[in-house]
Amino acid sequence: MKLTLVTGLTGLLLLGTIVELLRRRQLREKYGMLWLGVLLVVIPLSLFPRLLDSVAGMLGVASGVSLVLFLGIVFLLLVCVHLSWEVSALEEETRTLAEDFALLRAEIAAERAARDELVSNDG
Amino acid sequence: MVNGKRVLIIIPALNESGSIADVVGEVRGELPGVDVLVVDDGSTDRTADVAAAAGARVAQLPYNLGVGGAMRLGYRYARDHGYDVAIQIDADGQHDPRYVPKLVDLLDDNDLVIGARFAGEGDYSVRGPRRWAMVMLSAVLSRVARTKLTDTTSGFRAANRRVIEMFARWYPAEYLGDTVETLVHTARRGYRIRQVPVAMRKRMAGTPSHSPAKAMIYLGRAFVVLTLALIRQ
Repeated sequence: MKLTLVTGLTGLLLLGTIVELLRRRQLREKYGMLWLGVLLVVIPLSLFPRLLDSVAGMLGVASGVSLVLFLGIVFLLLVCVHLSWEVSALEEETRTLAEDFALLRAEIAAERAARDELVSNDG
Repeated sequence: MVNGKRVLIIIPALNESGSIADVVGEVRGELPGVDVLVVDDGSTDRTADVAAAAGARVAQLPYNLGVGGAMRLGYRYARDHGYDVAIQIDADGQHDPRYVPKLVDLLDDNDLVIGARFAGEGDYSVRGPRRWAMVMLSAVLSRVARTKLTDTTSGFRAANRRVIEMFARWYPAEYLGDTVETLVHTARRGYRIRQVPVAMRKRMAGTPSHSPAKAMIYLGRAFVVLTLALIRQ
């Protein structure tokens, strides 16, 4: 009973955190939805840890809890890979922005130099 | 103008305030008709100011992107300003600008020309893992490009309009990507690559690393970059 209380409260706490982050617009919806979906699975499991025992038995895993642990690690690994992918895309975007910025700055410098030359020729 | 072509010399520079003025000055002295663009790759010293004072155009990146990032910026500049030829030269003074007309001439029948060390001119030698890396890269890239390439990591290259157009859109910013991967990419798309022997000079500033551990890491990274380049589209 105690264990169920601990896991159940943890699940609810996580749910609260995600909802609060979404409410404050600190989390993009696509990520918020992902975590809400995860919690939808995790909270029932935290209340009834034996829920997956039959599925685990079919897969040859001794206990439902082990299966959850295994799936959890696989899932977290995938999330990490996804984040690396997102960071790579972001780096490519900031790179393009940095190049655009440098090109614009070079254009401005060239125009200013041309204008200064005109002015000094007139004077 | 070199042989009737509008030529842009692109010099990627990171904290090269010690040598950049001499390099820009030498290029402008040897090749009066060409424009020089120094791409300041997020230097923390006065590289950009020194280069501008020496008479180069300067494009200043807000932070360091690596040689590949600096070069794509250079190729974008060349494309936007309608240059016929873009030539990359190192900022440390090891490339002799007197070879530029030779590279430009060869672009008549080729799309990308590489100024190569170890190809008969000058004295330049490497040993150990670095040497093995170069042998491996040369062997594989020569096959891919169907032409003899002995110095695949050379930073002395000339590109014509077609290749400028491609590099302005696509140029990897990763380590060794700017040399090895661009060669694979260019060759695979049917562009003609050619190398021409050039003599290299001592660097005007800075020192190359000679640690064996670093050389081994270099070999490993070269292998990974090459493998990735070959399995990529």
